[in-house]
Amino acid sequence: MMNESIVPLEKRVPAPRQDNQDQTLFGQTPSQTVGPFFHYGLPWKGGADLVGNSDLGARPELFPAEHYVLGRGAVRTNPEGERIEIIGIVRDAAGEPVPDAMVEIWQADARGRYPDKDDRLAGNEFCGFGRSATSDEGEFRFLTIKPGRVPGPRGTFQAPHIAMSVFARGVLARLATRLYFEGSDGLADDPVLACVPAERRETLVATPVDTGKWRFDINLGGSGETAFFAL
Amino acid sequence: MTGTLRYRRPDVSSPPDRFPDYRSTELRAPQQPRIVIPQTPTETTGPVDCWDRLMGHAFHDMTAQHAGEPIGQRIHVSGRVLDEDRRPVANTVMEIWQANSAGRYIHSKDGWNAPLDPNFAGAGRVVTDAEGRYRFTTIKPGAYPWGNHKNAWRPAHIHLSLLGPAFATRLVTQMYFPDDPLIEIDPIANAVPMPYRQRMVSRFDLDTTEAGFALGYLFDVVLKGRDQTPFEDDHDE
Repeated sequence: MMNESIVPLEKRVPAPRQDNQDQTLFGQTPSQTVGPFFHYGLPWKGGADLVGNSDLGARPELFPAEHYVLGRGAVRTNPEGERIEIIGIVRDAAGEPVPDAMVEIWQADARGRYPDKDDRLAGNEFCGFGRSATSDEGEFRFLTIKPGRVPGPRGTFQAPHIAMSVFARGVLARLATRLYFEGSDGLADDPVLACVPAERRETLVATPVDTGKWRFDINLGGSGETAFFAL
Repeated sequence: MTGTLRYRRPDVSSPPDRFPDYRSTELRAPQQPRIVIPQTPTETTGPVDCWDRLMGHAFHDMTAQHAGEPIGQRIHVSGRVLDEDRRPVANTVMEIWQANSAGRYIHSKDGWNAPLDPNFAGAGRVVTDAEGRYRFTTIKPGAYPWGNHKNAWRPAHIHLSLLGPAFATRLVTQMYFPDDPLIEIDPIANAVPMPYRQRMVSRFDLDTTEAGFALGYLFDVVLKGRDQTPFEDDHDE
């Protein structure tokens, strides 16, 4: 009598494991660190220049030139708005610069809008996403425009701000924060800043160092630890 | 913002910021708790339709970036990017980087003396289709030693980075391989509590194995979903 359980060789598969495909485990994929060696895979040339065509943001000196495969995007257009430069240093809890961090920004355009398909059709070319690896001295730098005020709860407008993510070896899940601009409208009643204890709000406020140039240091711990968000 | 569907918070699988076994967290994890904020358009939007104008095009075959073929076991990695309600996340970018088959990164600060492979950079970038599907071809990375503790070795893994639909859904993770005994003793993988750590372990799959060419591994990525009911402005946390 034929044994119906005999499966042809080419149809045999390993027994299922408790793994990514196990539906009883279905849920959010957990976060893991970027580690120290992301530079040839993430920060592309020009990633930190949202208004020009420089190579800002990448660190191609950390690997052989023939292994640069990331390419780069199309030539950027000339977004309306005030050109600004953002500089800062990422430091650890001991105050030491973090040379293997990566900072990302996400921001609205000068009118306080985020891009969507309609904007694209209307010719709004500004995409407010940028990425910068830190230097051996822990520095990052972005060239962008000052964002406009974005709607907040209950018909209000938020103070101008740039959302930021920080990644690094030793950071298991990205650290989200915001950059605000010292002296700008709406800081006093911004709905997100209001969630931050008063004594820590200044960690989210960039200070002017020159015309159109702002400093925003990020402290992963220690005194002056930057306020990071649960998202 | 009335009617905004907020993204859910990290679930039980989320690693803590501070995980003493992973020593680099000691000075780099925030000491203060993360602050809950209301989700505004800043958090619920992202560079969904413009990332390619910034980064450039996708490239899914990491074995075809140089003059010759890299040394190592050819593999196809495929799967879907979904949200927590199993809806596909279409047209989203996944960035990929990994060590070579000997466990060596091309990075100049990787001081291990395993051989470099002139035909392998180890970086890729794919975009999901309308059903959230993606696929890339690479070689299986090797394990490598690291300085966390004496005789520490990272299990073979592929780094994956996803933007998803919004700032709130940004995710960087690592994909591991089945039946790798190093996972069980790896401080980074173990920052994710069991059984959820197993969400990061891919499955060997015969259907996506290409006869006479490459082994197939399945790996779905699940990004944060949105709450079922619109939240009221007055209920902002």
